[in-house]
Amino acid sequence: MSLQLRNIRLPLADFALETDAMFDWPITGIFGPSGAGKTSLLDLIAGLRRPVAGAVKLDDKVIFDAANRLNLPPRLRRIGYVPQDLALFPHLKVRANLLYGYRPALIENELFTLGHVAGVMEITPLLERNVTTLSGGEQQRVAFARAILSAPRLLLLDEPMSSLDSRLKKRLIPFLLRIRDEFRIPLIYVTHDAAELVALCDEVLMLERGQLIGRGSPADVLA
Amino acid sequence: MTAEAWQIVFFTIEVSALSTLLILPLGVAVAWLIARREWPGKAVVETMAMLPLFVPPVATGLLLLMLFSRRGPLGSMLQRGFGWDIVFTWRAVVLACAVMSFPLLVRTAQAAFEGVSARFEDIARTLGASEWRVFATISLPLAARGIVAGAVLAFARAMGEFGATAIVAGMIPRKTMTISLSIYQNIQLGHDAAALPLLFVSIGIVFITVLCGQIITMRKRPR
Repeated sequence: MSLQLRNIRLPLADFALETDAMFDWPITGIFGPSGAGKTSLLDLIAGLRRPVAGAVKLDDKVIFDAANRLNLPPRLRRIGYVPQDLALFPHLKVRANLLYGYRPALIENELFTLGHVAGVMEITPLLERNVTTLSGGEQQRVAFARAILSAPRLLLLDEPMSSLDSRLKKRLIPFLLRIRDEFRIPLIYVTHDAAELVALCDEVLMLERGQLIGRGSPADVLA
Repeated sequence: MTAEAWQIVFFTIEVSALSTLLILPLGVAVAWLIARREWPGKAVVETMAMLPLFVPPVATGLLLLMLFSRRGPLGSMLQRGFGWDIVFTWRAVVLACAVMSFPLLVRTAQAAFEGVSARFEDIARTLGASEWRVFATISLPLAARGIVAGAVLAFARAMGEFGATAIVAGMIPRKTMTISLSIYQNIQLGHDAAALPLLFVSIGIVFITVLCGQIITMRKRPR
């Protein structure tokens, strides 16, 4: 998988997000202070916000091109998204949340079945529970599983562990690595936690006030 | 209470319920469009939907009379197309109730839609949901309590409707006579004692209805 952002410009409240970047690692981290434009960057990749200029290409398919007025809607992009607040649908049980984006027609192998994904994420006993009754860590794994079951070509994770303590974070990291290794879904992982970057990411992009100010391995960027 | 008084009570409940059911689909659609979409003329439609709250009811009744009489633009059309007479029939009572209670439904449903986090809808889109599916499975269920509360308020408003109904439907016994009209007529004729049972029944019905609306609104719901 490769994601290419070309001359993107997205005006935000105080500054404009301007990026030109290629994402071709299994897990790319986006690191930066609060308000740097990290969530807006994920939103525009997912198709939830529309830049005023530039183009976005996923593998060999252009999914956004301002010059040609091309804007593939989010539902057709096959880009999964786990936001900071997880956005589990509170009126649906775990099973219904997981099956919301389940697309059997897109499944290329038996990995992407409810039983297997629930098993990998260790949420099988939770399927009939209401999502509002789950613990923080359980909600996290349900959100990951829901995104996996939509068979995305790329998964965006926006500080998904920011509300958890360090013990729970450590416990969840293997689950994220299994998304990469077992389901072969590339991840773009937004965080401002250096320990998460080191544990998860192959490459890190530094974002500040909408500008990419550096990139490299976690060790290089954090040095 | 006399048989005639009971007939008036049941007729009032029937027309109020019918008018509420009639405005429900349009009211919900208008509320959603105002809450969730930007479109040219939105402010004008929003203002028009609120007008019956502020224009004197008798003026609204007069406008309906001009529009829906046999010579009026809409009345003549309905007469030609379906053979329906509107003015001075039960249909006029339903029409007046619907118009006068429409703003309450729209305002309450709009607030309900605005109270649903847009993030749920965004994430549903990334999971492959069409706009219609997002509305039917996320926005509508999460706003349902507010919409039901709006419908309850609209029903209560219709139960007490007087001014517009008096102008467009008249006070025809066993044909268009509602509780409000009957109380007014009895007082005009000096039959205060005959008005009293209707007064208490009407207060009782509206009290229970509004109380139900309050309970529905106050119940904790997942966000």
